[in-house]
Order: sequence, then structure tokens, then C-alpha cells
Amino acid sequence: MDFELNEDQQMMKDAAREFAEKRLFPNAAKYDEEERLPAELFAELAELGYMGMLVPEKYGGMELDPISYACIIEEFSRACAGLGTTLSVHSSLICGTIAECGSEALKEKYLPRLAGGEVGSYCVTEPGAGSDAGSLRTTAVADGDSYIINGEKVFVTSADYSKIYLVFCLTEPELESHGISLFLVERDTPGFEVGAKEKKLGIRCSDTRSISFSDARIPAGQMIGEKNGGFKIALSRLDHGRLGVAAQALGIAEAALAEAVKYSKERKQFNRPICEFQAIAFKLADMRTRIDAARWLTYRAFSLASERRRYSRTAAEAKLFASETANWVANEAVQIHGGYGYMKEYPVERYFRDARITEIYEGTSEVQRIVISRAVLREDK
Amino acid sequence: MWWDKKYESFRAEIREFAEKTIRPIAERMVEEGTFDISLLPLLHERGLLSMILPKKYGGAEFDTLEYTIGVEEVSRVCGSTGITLAACNSLGIFPILAFGTEGQKEKYLRPVGERGALIAFGLTEPNAGSDAGGTKTTAVLKGDKWILNGSKCFITNPSISDFVVATARTDNKGDSHDISSFIVDKSFPGFSVGKKEDKLGLRGSDTAMLHFEDAEVPQENLLGKVGEGFKQFMITLDGGRISIGAMALGLGQGAYDLAAEYADTHPKIGKPLAYSQATAFKLADMATRLEAARHLVYTSAVLKDRKQPFSKQSAMAKLDASEVGRFCGYEAIGIMGLDGYDARYQVERIWRDVKLCEIGEGTSEIQRLVISRALAKERQARRSSSGG
Repeated sequence: MDFELNEDQQMMKDAAREFAEKRLFPNAAKYDEEERLPAELFAELAELGYMGMLVPEKYGGMELDPISYACIIEEFSRACAGLGTTLSVHSSLICGTIAECGSEALKEKYLPRLAGGEVGSYCVTEPGAGSDAGSLRTTAVADGDSYIINGEKVFVTSADYSKIYLVFCLTEPELESHGISLFLVERDTPGFEVGAKEKKLGIRCSDTRSISFSDARIPAGQMIGEKNGGFKIALSRLDHGRLGVAAQALGIAEAALAEAVKYSKERKQFNRPICEFQAIAFKLADMRTRIDAARWLTYRAFSLASERRRYSRTAAEAKLFASETANWVANEAVQIHGGYGYMKEYPVERYFRDARITEIYEGTSEVQRIVISRAVLREDK
Repeated sequence: MWWDKKYESFRAEIREFAEKTIRPIAERMVEEGTFDISLLPLLHERGLLSMILPKKYGGAEFDTLEYTIGVEEVSRVCGSTGITLAACNSLGIFPILAFGTEGQKEKYLRPVGERGALIAFGLTEPNAGSDAGGTKTTAVLKGDKWILNGSKCFITNPSISDFVVATARTDNKGDSHDISSFIVDKSFPGFSVGKKEDKLGLRGSDTAMLHFEDAEVPQENLLGKVGEGFKQFMITLDGGRISIGAMALGLGQGAYDLAAEYADTHPKIGKPLAYSQATAFKLADMATRLEAARHLVYTSAVLKDRKQPFSKQSAMAKLDASEVGRFCGYEAIGIMGLDGYDARYQVERIWRDVKLCEIGEGTSEIQRLVISRALAKERQARRSSSGG
């Protein structure tokens, strides 16, 4: 049982941390305040290969193993969780889906662009359908060698950063969830519009908007995988997406703990650093312990993924536990900072806000519990 | 008791006022990040700026339980307005009412009753938070004036207040008689309100630093006697805890109300979300914990009015209510899912607001200190009286 990163993975982690310290940490508060990631950042990330982490080398990507990918998402999220969200959606949900399920033509057309710095967005959720993917209303109607799309998607990550959108549409409404197909839509498609920015509690520099389709015509070749095979494709990508959130949550938790340790050593009250008070010291102990437990659960799931073994239940456990841990740790970190934890001068209030999303998106904690309980009752491995 | 008609009708009145008058302004106020002063005359008219002030000085003279319910119902709609009221009553009016001379009460409390003036409380300093006794602001008597030097931080309402009750060090013996309190009129030379704080929540509440640069405070503005400051603020904070507990209750209730409404009206696979056992049980836990915390907070208010010791009780109340408030805010966001994370649904604001209740006016760690010391004293007293 080897719990160590191999040499390559350690190098990836170190390089990501260095980039994060130099480029992300100093700007994260500004990105949060302005609710924006600058376009230059995506160009820099592309140059260093970070926009093609899950793109096969053949198409200009890094084709990273799952554990290296996890390390990078964690290190980036530790500095700027909003970038973590943007990159994991781009990598896991867009690049990953096209690489696994797209036609050769689509792979050749889009993967180099995505690896080259164009951001991708994943468009599933609709005003009436959150946790329930089966109640979609966006339709794609065949018309000659095209499809006409009508409908609205909400909570689309990177809607305004992207040029490439992966959209879930009903191609056969009578079949409900078994009548869904996936399409790649370009931003300049007539009839396609990007809406106003949503104001969020956290991950504010991750761009979140609605998009709408009004008789938007796209070539039939833009369909990913088989007609009506969309639900199956989405399910096959779920586990990986969940793990990205687990890695992000770990990053946020580590950042919060690091700040809490630093502050508790510097802050003196009653003539001593507050870390000398047992109540504070024990909080730090609990924070460290829980993060470590979350870490090994998460990396165990990534390790199973590396070995191409089934990892659905473990991925759900990791997402559930790491996200709950990040929230618990971030709250304790704010508490340890006292009044200063409530002020935007210090980063912990941002970790507190950012952590909250990790229990919600890519399947709420309740959804994870449904997955896990079903697996337990089936006595799955 | 609080389920009596008197308090039930009072709650209904304040709730209606809050929904009609405060709610429309609340959202915009927190977005702009400043307290909307057009609210002040409306709050004053309803007696909310002088809830604990006797009618003798033009105040509304609510009893402590009414005051508690008042803060609770306002906070349910807007935490920023809730804390504004809690601070100007418990921290502003109270010290002068409890420790002031009749002359000081006439001069500084009558304006509160008559025209809705606010008073702020300047205790906390960059190096004196939980260790409030570590005050570094100094006060030296020169002729007939006290000269104050130092800074305060995290002070609530200073920009909209006329007066501040501020603590300063008048001695250095190293005991609890080193600090004194002063009534400062903002117009006194050398006093200024400093940098506005940029906060996680309660963004419609005015929070800023205070600066004393050879500030001149007339001799007669000493509150009580020299060296009584520490004892005074400990007593002040005992009562303030009840109001922060009330604030947390209101915010928690607001979160529950939003989440329950959402769960009842949003379908999930055909049925309202509220039918899912996980959601239903979460709502049950939220309501149960709120109810228990409510009893703790209200009992503290009743004990205070009966002039019985209530310090341990109010610490328990603030500790519990603030943690329950945060629990309710957190779970409410979870119930509302992605909508809960979106600012337009208002629930995320409640969670950000209520977090302060575990920190301000004594962190939860300090509350545990107060409670554990009170308990130790009780146990010691029992041992002594039973002969060892």
C-alpha cells in the first residue's frame, strides 16, 4: 500500500503550488471582489499545459494521470477556489467527455482548441430541473442535416469565459431521460445568447450565468456520442466530476487550516499566543485530522480511477466527506480569527464562502448519500 | 410568559412592521454596503431605537422580553438592522442608564428618546478583543479635561451615532481597576470615526474604527468612578448577550422560513422537496434547535427583568442561539441547493450575517469561559456550604 506520490506526480504538485503561490494567491481576493478571472490568466494556463490536463497528447494535451490531475486541482483551489471550479469543469466535464465519447472529427476540432486556452462550459441545469436530470425541457429537433435547439440553461459555469458549450437537449421528449443527446455549440451560433452574471455567495470569480437558445441551428455532426445516449454519457462522467470537487474541497480546507495556524501563533491575547489555549489547539488538531481523513479517502478514489477500477461509491464518499470537512474547517478557521475572521482583509471569510458550494454542486450531499446507501445495500465493493 | 397574548401580539406587530418597512430596504442596503439612514426615523417612531429606555427620558420602555422579541423579529428580516438596534440599545443606552448620573442621563439619553439619537460603544481595540482588559487607549486628567489617546476597532454604529461610551486605561496596576469609561460626544476635539470595515456579512450595518488623538473629554463625562470601567463593561456585555442571542434566533428563523417555503413550492421528481425524508428531518432539526435556543434566550430576559442573576444563563443563550442560527443558515442553503448559493434568494445573506453572532460581544470561546467559571463557582459554593 503505497501512500506516496511518485516522482512525476510530486513534480506536478510542486509546479502547481509554485504557480499558485506566485500567480494566484496574490490575486485571489481581487478576483473574488471583481467577480472575474482575467483573460490573460487562461492564456498563461494554456501555455503551461493546464488547459489540456485531460486532453490526450495526440491533441495537444498533457494527458495526465488522475492523481496528478487531483494534485493540480487541489493546489490551484487552495489559492483560488473559483479557478479550481472553472478548470475542473473545463477539464473533467468538457475535455474529458469529448475525449471519451466524441467522434474523431469532434476530438480533432475541439480538443486542441480547449487545450490551447479556449474555455468550455457544461450546460445541464434548467430552471425546473436541478438534482433531477430527467426533467429537461431544452429540445433539439432534427431538421435536414441540422438540429434546431430551443430552451434555457441556468447556473452555467464559465458562460462568459467560454466559446464552446456542451449542451444537454431532449431529442426524443417521449423517452424522457432516455431521449437526451449532447451537442457542442459554438458561441457565435445565431439564436444563442449568454445572460446576465449571477451574484453568488462564493467562488465569485467563477462566471455563472444562464444561456438561452432561440431556434439555434447547429450541424448534426456536433452531437457527441449516439442520439439519445446523453444520459448514459453524463452518468459515466459523474464520478470523475465528483472527484474534482473533492480535490477542490481539500485545497480550500488546507488553505483555511494554514491561515488558522498562522494567525493563532501571531495573535496574542491574555499575554500569550492564542494557540497556547487548549480550546484553540484542539480545534487545530481536529482540523488536521479531518483533512487527512478526507485526503486519503479522496486520493484512494483517484487511485482506483488510475487503475481503471470501479470507484463510484468511493468517489461519492470522497465528495461527501471532503466537502463537509472543508466547510467544517473553514468555519473553525473563521472562529479562530475572531473579529478579524469576519473582515475581508483576511482570506478566511472567502474560504468560508467558497467551501459552501462544494456540498452543493456536482450532486448535493443528499445525492451522494443516495449513491452510497444504494451501493452499501447492494453490498458493492 | 412568552406565550402570553401580550407578547404574541407584540411579536405580530413587530413582524408586520419589519416585513412592510424594513424588508423592501434590506436587500438594497446590504448591496450598497451602508446603513440606510432613511430607516432611522421609521425605527424611532416605532420605539425601536429606545426599547430599553424608560419613558421618563422619552423611551419606549419595553421590558427585556419585548426587547428580545423586537430584535428577533427585525433580525428575521434584516440582520444589519437587527444588530444596529441591539447595539444602540444594549451597548449604547444601557451603560449610561445603569452607571450614569442623573445629569448625564438627561443630557445623553433624552436625545435618544426624543429625537432617536444613537449611542455607540467603544470597547474593542486591535489588541484588545477577547482580552478586553488589555485596553491600550489611555485617559489622563489634565486640568478639567480627560485627554484620550488610542484607537478602537469593529465598533458598531459610529457613523450614525451622536455619542460614544468608550473605555480607556486610567491606571497600570495590573488589576481590574485600571480601566474607566467616558461619554464622548463625537464633536469633541480630537475624536474621529475612522476606516469603515469591509465585512463578510451584516454589510448594511455601520462598522468602523474610532480614533482619539489628544481627544478632550470634559471631566464630568467620566461614567461612574475612575477604575470602574472593567466592571461596567462586564455587566453591559451580560445584557448584550441576550440581544445577540435574539438576533441569532431571528436570523435562524428567517433561514428556516425561506427554506421551508422553498421546499413546499419546489418539486423534486414530482413531489415537493419537503416530502423527501432528508429534507423534512432537516427542517425538524432546525425548528427543534431554534425552539430550545429560544427558551434559553427568553429565560435570560425574564431573569434579568426579575433582577435575578442571569450572567451564566445569558452566556449559555448566546452560545447556543448563535450556533443554532449558523446551523439553520447553513442547512437552509443546502435545502435550496444551487438557488441557495445565489444571492437573489436572500438565504446566503442570512448565513453570512448570523456568523457574527458567534464572534461579536464575546466569542463562543469566551462564552464557554464565562459559563465554566460560573459553574466552577457554583460547585465551590456547594462544597463550602456542605462543609467541604
